[in-house]
Amino acid sequence: MAETLVKQIISSKIGREVQTGEIVIMPVDRAFCQDGTGPLAIDGINSLGIGLKNPSKNYFFIDHAVPPPRVELANAHKKIRDFAAKHKANCIMRGVCHQMMVEEFSSPFDVIVGADSHTPTSGALGTFAAGFGSTDVAAAMATGSVWLKVPESMGIELKGKPGKGVMAKDVIIDIIGKIGADGATYKVMEFFGEGLKNLSMDGRFTISNMTIEAGAKTGIFPADDVVREYLKSREREDDYRELPVSAAGDYEKRIIEDMSGIVPMVSCPHQVDNVSKASGLGNVKVDVVMIGTCTNGRFSDFEAAYKIFEKADSIKTNLIIAPASNRVLEKISASPMFKKFLDLGASIIPPGCGPCCGVHAGILADGATAFSTANRNFKGRMGNPESFVYLGSPLTAAATAVAGKITDPREFL
Amino acid sequence: MIKGKIHLFGDGVSTDLICPGRYYHLRGNLPELAKHALEDADKDFVKNMKKGDIVAAGENFGCGSSREHAAIVIKLAGASCVIAKKFARIFFRNCINIGLPAIEIDTSGFEAGDDVEVDLNSGVVKNQTKKIERKFPELPEKMIAILNAGGLVNYIKENGGL
Repeated sequence: MAETLVKQIISSKIGREVQTGEIVIMPVDRAFCQDGTGPLAIDGINSLGIGLKNPSKNYFFIDHAVPPPRVELANAHKKIRDFAAKHKANCIMRGVCHQMMVEEFSSPFDVIVGADSHTPTSGALGTFAAGFGSTDVAAAMATGSVWLKVPESMGIELKGKPGKGVMAKDVIIDIIGKIGADGATYKVMEFFGEGLKNLSMDGRFTISNMTIEAGAKTGIFPADDVVREYLKSREREDDYRELPVSAAGDYEKRIIEDMSGIVPMVSCPHQVDNVSKASGLGNVKVDVVMIGTCTNGRFSDFEAAYKIFEKADSIKTNLIIAPASNRVLEKISASPMFKKFLDLGASIIPPGCGPCCGVHAGILADGATAFSTANRNFKGRMGNPESFVYLGSPLTAAATAVAGKITDPREFL
Repeated sequence: MIKGKIHLFGDGVSTDLICPGRYYHLRGNLPELAKHALEDADKDFVKNMKKGDIVAAGENFGCGSSREHAAIVIKLAGASCVIAKKFARIFFRNCINIGLPAIEIDTSGFEAGDDVEVDLNSGVVKNQTKKIERKFPELPEKMIAILNAGGLVNYIKENGGL
């Protein structure tokens, strides 16, 4: 029986063929935390008292509250910087942790343990990358290992090509709508099929990023030529190693996703699996549009939004532009979209997570409605339980900003 | 044996409801953060909570963020145990790692205020008020050992590793 992607990675790491359901102690290639989970991880590491096993492969990202809006958070940042410096680990404040991982570090076959639930973003590069709490990450940093149960996999066969106005975001929202917010709990979502060739690297990042929203342990894509080209563009082609497609893998469940049949999709409040077609929502007035985050804050996401914005003289909502990293912001600033965003009245915020998780830089008013390209719309997610968050693609977000209500982007294309 | 009154929640209670992002700045002050435990799901939760009480819920409890603070604030609010039809994976691990038993069991028919008993050794949950008795599958040996040690940090200290 052909091995699933996750079992290929775990078996390769452990040096023997593993069985689904067995508990293994896994060597960890890279471990990271962020400013919301890092201080607690540091307390755990200090309590263990054995230092860091591989500090050069431990990353302390500062991204959730940048620059810090409050004294308490500035102090948390100081604690993180001081600890990383003392232990010769990496402390990075140049973007959202997941984007920094894929740009700089994550490589096929890596086992990555991150104290942030969207760690599966790196799974698009053929890694095993899962989210954990601070204590698990503290243990991984101190001992160099993590314990886990070899998971079952759900196979998602991608077919066809997304049509006009449809992005990877619509594909993953559609899948989550079908399987539910706990449809893949404890499992790995593995993507394969002829449709893979129609998904760019950025699109795959969007999809793997959101696998946690179906409860998955992680999402994994094969490492193929698209991954090789991406790594090459990041000047790290040497990190490439093929992780072959396992179309015949022993999947616990298989679903077929025909991307050619999908239309722009929206997740409605207050749960990601509460999905609807963008065209089927009627008149949903929107106050704030946010484009960016680790889900859709890469350059191609802003290019997509710009296709609609460049034809607009004005917009009818507030607009927050949240690039996923300094590198993305640099590319935006070198393109005509930078001036256009500013002319439209957008706030271009420092690369980070602030508004998405309700920390700062875009908290919603009582009764306000936001349309966001992020990954979560739980009640209170954007800092106020009296507000409403809809999720969708950068194209749908741009169309919504122009129209002032949730709008199918195909009306503008 | 764990015994307590249950505080009942529905399906899909996210970590944003358990430990809201607007209190992000309190993460360095856990007793203060714990005053807001589950606030957006039940604003009176902390007020009504007595030490040893049990948090009971429906499907996908603790979904969302990896914030271990969500498990910590429930423990600091006095909970002796969390029982739910189904847990989100990271939240479940976080509970075990901080020494808070998390048991997957069918909670249908349970009502707020019921007296419930959880026996981790025999794998039985008894709702004494409703005279319901349900069995749950044994936790993996590793998890039992971590719980018995009072959490993952103690487990590693006692065992010299994972």
